[in-house]
Amino acid sequence: MLRYTLQRLLLMIPTLIGVAVLVFFMLRIVPGDVVEVKLRGDGGSVSQEVIDMERKRLGLDKPILAQFGDWMVGLATLDLGKSMWTDRPVTEEIAIRLELSLQVAIMATIFAVLIAIPLGTTSALMRGTWVDYAVRIITIGGLSIPSFWFGMLIMMFLLGFYNWLPPITFTPLYVDPVANLTQLVWPAMAVGYRYCAVVARMIRSSLLEVLNEDYIRTARAKGVFEKVVISRHALRNALLPAITVIGIEFAFLIGGLVVTEQVFNLNGIGKLFVQSVSRNDFTLIQGMVMLIAVFYVVINLVVDLLYAVFDPRIRYSS
Amino acid sequence: MSVVTTTAPVIAPTVHPRGAMMEFARQQPLGTVSLVIIIIMMFAGIFSEWVSPYDPFHIDFASLLAPPSWEHWCGTDAFGRDILSRVIHGSRTALVIGFTSSFVGSTIGAVIGVASAYFGGKLDDWIQRFMDILLAFPIIVLALVVVAALRGAIVYGIDINLITAIAIPIVPRVARVVRAAALSIRVMPYVDAARAAGYSHSRIIFRHMTPNVVAPYLIMFTAFIAQAILAEASLSFLGLGVTEPTPAWGLMLSGNAADFYREAPWMILFPGIAISLAVFAFNLFGDSLRDYLDPRFKV
Repeated sequence: MLRYTLQRLLLMIPTLIGVAVLVFFMLRIVPGDVVEVKLRGDGGSVSQEVIDMERKRLGLDKPILAQFGDWMVGLATLDLGKSMWTDRPVTEEIAIRLELSLQVAIMATIFAVLIAIPLGTTSALMRGTWVDYAVRIITIGGLSIPSFWFGMLIMMFLLGFYNWLPPITFTPLYVDPVANLTQLVWPAMAVGYRYCAVVARMIRSSLLEVLNEDYIRTARAKGVFEKVVISRHALRNALLPAITVIGIEFAFLIGGLVVTEQVFNLNGIGKLFVQSVSRNDFTLIQGMVMLIAVFYVVINLVVDLLYAVFDPRIRYSS
Repeated sequence: MSVVTTTAPVIAPTVHPRGAMMEFARQQPLGTVSLVIIIIMMFAGIFSEWVSPYDPFHIDFASLLAPPSWEHWCGTDAFGRDILSRVIHGSRTALVIGFTSSFVGSTIGAVIGVASAYFGGKLDDWIQRFMDILLAFPIIVLALVVVAALRGAIVYGIDINLITAIAIPIVPRVARVVRAAALSIRVMPYVDAARAAGYSHSRIIFRHMTPNVVAPYLIMFTAFIAQAILAEASLSFLGLGVTEPTPAWGLMLSGNAADFYREAPWMILFPGIAISLAVFAFNLFGDSLRDYLDPRFKV
């Protein structure tokens, strides 16, 4: 097990290097950089010398391969460089926003899992009835309703019925839990709906599969109460595949946050990402892409290891 | 890691087309409803000029932010433009971008998947590695990076950029599923026979293997139209997709639309319903198509 974990950790390195190479060259396929957006973006006429000077300062005048070398060396020493727009270290820009986004993501996960388990289970147990159809429509709705629009509906609802909008400034949870939660509960709901739908669908289909297993028939034949069969024998095993989905969706929540943070005017990583894209802030984009990639591979590993913990039949060997 | 379990070739029932349609309608009532929604939307998209009551670009200062009425069924926006007409024209934008990007992405993905399965070995390993890298990103994040990379390449009035940005994240997702399906076909005796007969690689790939992965391809293609429409709406909402004055659903929700939560909720309501309905229809249709084409998934 330990060997397997170490091996997996080592395997992450080529993947992450691949991501680093890919994002670096993708951003440089087409000419155009942060300097133009920064100095000429609002139509101001700035002389070529100033532009060249700024390029030189940011190191954008160097040959591509030299820039690439700097980027890789920086990565190897865990230095993501400075934002080309604000001149502050990329890690700092990310760090000040991470807390907010992470909290929304965790809240969305709790919200999604709490609702998805009963929803998916009921749907599977009442398969083919109107309840099942209703759940199917609700869950496909979750996959279809854009989270940013759902967020707008929430805002409209709050404004229309309570004449109130969530606060805009972020207060950490440990400073003022009430202010914190009244701000972040809504975006968590907005991104959580889709999350919940994905998990509920997974639970439904895996529960249906498990219910066909021999050991369920055995349990029933022994006269075990149906409730116990479902909760102890079936659901326990059916939750395993759901763990994978929960993990991957958690890693992918950043996708939902990118758009939803705009709606709620949250200063999180999603918003930072969109800003850095529209500003052509290459170093910041690169840094965030690396962050998302690391997050994804680590969560994948954690999920695989959890699998072995929850299901003793699975033992990884190298 | 993946939840897709397509390991055996999916064989489409060989029935007469009309019979197949009837059979589909009988087996998949929800799928049929979604198909009807899709057809209505395509009709609205193709004949927008004739179907919509007003010119979507016409600015009418006499009726700014007019609530829904008999004159303007869905109300008007901050420029007095008719929202229903803009939603109808927006369906063209959404469908064109949705179809093309899903088609481009799924087709490239399918070719890569089949080739990867057919050649196997080192090439397969490298392709899979590369696909894994692309899979580490949510569709919208990868699309945003591509948008950042390809800034400013609008060709013939169609935003090639946007289509590329949405198509690229689709490629690895389709490639993975198609590869799994193709792997099981590669070991079929008829592929061995074709190889023994000395047929070229491309002939075996395109004539012998590709037809057998059509079912998973179609399922993925439909499902990804939904994802592509969603991605387009999100990018346009962020101001990085379709640009003004082109009517697009995501764009209608962006910018200062949020200032009118109270005064003009219809500005938010109708474009959002349009996006949700479109994505819903394609998702449901893709789901039903899968159930119909692959009886093993039926529960």
